[in-house]
Amino acid sequence: MSLYSLTLHDASEKLRKREISSQELIEAVFQRISDTDDDIRAYLTLCRDAALAQAKQADRRLQQESTSSPLLGIPIAVKDNFLIQGVRTTCASKILGDFIAPYDGSTVARLRSAGAVIIGKTNLDEFAMGSSAENSAFFSTRNPWNFDRVPGGSSGGSAAAVAADQCVAALGTDTGGSIRQPAAFCGIVGLKPTYGRVSRYGIIAFASSMDQVGPMTKDVRDCALLLEAISGHDQADATSVNRPVPKYSESLTGDIKSLRLGIPKEYFTTGLQPAVEQSIGAAIGQLEKSGAIIQEISLPHTEYAVAVYYIVATAEASSNLARYDGMRFGHRAAGKDLTETYMLSREEGFGPEVKRRIMLGTYALSAGYYDAYYLKAQRVRALIRRDFDEAFKHCDAIITPTSPTTAFKIGEKIQNPLEMYLSDICTISINLAGVPALSLPCGFDAGGLPIGMQIIGKHFDESTILRAAYAYEQQTHWHKKKPRLNQP
Amino acid sequence: MELTLKEVQHVAVLARLRLTPEEEKQFTEQLGRILQYMEKLGQLDTSQVEPFDHAATSANAFRDDIVSNTPNPAAILANAPAKEQTFFRVPKIIE
Repeated sequence: MSLYSLTLHDASEKLRKREISSQELIEAVFQRISDTDDDIRAYLTLCRDAALAQAKQADRRLQQESTSSPLLGIPIAVKDNFLIQGVRTTCASKILGDFIAPYDGSTVARLRSAGAVIIGKTNLDEFAMGSSAENSAFFSTRNPWNFDRVPGGSSGGSAAAVAADQCVAALGTDTGGSIRQPAAFCGIVGLKPTYGRVSRYGIIAFASSMDQVGPMTKDVRDCALLLEAISGHDQADATSVNRPVPKYSESLTGDIKSLRLGIPKEYFTTGLQPAVEQSIGAAIGQLEKSGAIIQEISLPHTEYAVAVYYIVATAEASSNLARYDGMRFGHRAAGKDLTETYMLSREEGFGPEVKRRIMLGTYALSAGYYDAYYLKAQRVRALIRRDFDEAFKHCDAIITPTSPTTAFKIGEKIQNPLEMYLSDICTISINLAGVPALSLPCGFDAGGLPIGMQIIGKHFDESTILRAAYAYEQQTHWHKKKPRLNQP
Repeated sequence: MELTLKEVQHVAVLARLRLTPEEEKQFTEQLGRILQYMEKLGQLDTSQVEPFDHAATSANAFRDDIVSNTPNPAAILANAPAKEQTFFRVPKIIE
């Protein structure tokens, strides 16, 4: 087995036993990137020199320390909306094309102190707005399973990099499904933690009431280990919640006897691709065979989630993105006065989807429309959250598809924004309610494209969804399949 | 409710975005369709529902007001589109 295809937990064990060194592992991963990234195009920036220096340091620590973090010496990729001091951070936008981050974000700092080696920054939809990674101002990333397909979005680069063994694990962000949907499309594991579980300090803001950071990994154990390393309270993020971080890896018992799993009928009504429906059905059967109790539940306001989300998220985005005014950082155009400088800088710096969302959000917040759109959406959002609270009185976790379809073709939806928005139907309610959810592989369609199952948990109950995911993964082989990268 | 070209132009000014005539036309059509889709929220009676506030907690987060960052003016100014000494250079604001 090649070094680059190791899981995090396997690589960590080999590092500890000194069967391999971090430097060898990092070199193997960079070689893999140079062999495959002309096709995949997952990375916007590589941090080769810094990574090799960090690997050297990690190797020294591995010799000296008897107990250490499982991340010590492990190559990790981060989405290009994480600030890393001294490294270009673009958010896949022209407006930040030359932006060099002046400090490390809190999650990056946690990774560093755990000894992880940050190897590069991955592509995304501009400002994390999109479901296909096609909205990057620089280039589209391709799905490793089929180069004509999107990797999903917005964390498409991170998902493709993990699937193509271009890193051992990655981090993404998820505002409406941006970790889980690309994880499903690329056949990997991705988890959006509870709102408040992981600090967002040093993440470029999109929609602040929903943005969360989370792990994207090759299997469930890796996901638990990475989540454990990045979770915890941070004074620098006022929404970060001060609660103890459980040992997530200890919840991976393989035992789900009597675990109550709810199946919300609203997620199985219309528009599901038959292969997705079959795979999820089979996965539910497998969970039941493992001892889980399956019961139908209802999340009655599901059909309103897309409308609520695209009001709340765009309203918050229009406000967050007001900071890109070309004054202290970012692109500045030459206007004849201040207002024109603002308007031209933003016209030249933002791509079409970002402009569309700023327009939509500004409209929803503008005088005369605030009550009808934003306030109405926040009231319906309360109902959506109440749906989950009610459902969790009867079950411990909820099972749905992660996406109604497998990866769509590059170019297929880019001209039709509403259709693109509707493809988020299975993931966005989770962000509106603030609960945690994970996607893991549960099959393939006839064309060989991966299918993802979503497991949703109660607030701060990541342990239960990891336990259920691990029990399923132990009984299946989907996560071990690798894409064929020498495609014609 | 129909979205008009005039409204799109007004919102673009509020958002400090200059749009080309083609973009104005395209946004009028696209945003109009999206807003039409959002009208489905009107089907729900929410008169008795309090608007959502926070996903995980309802308590405010306080901390002591102590400076904890290390000032790094060189790194901050390195990203400035225009600067002079240790200042950002910006267009004239007051006549």
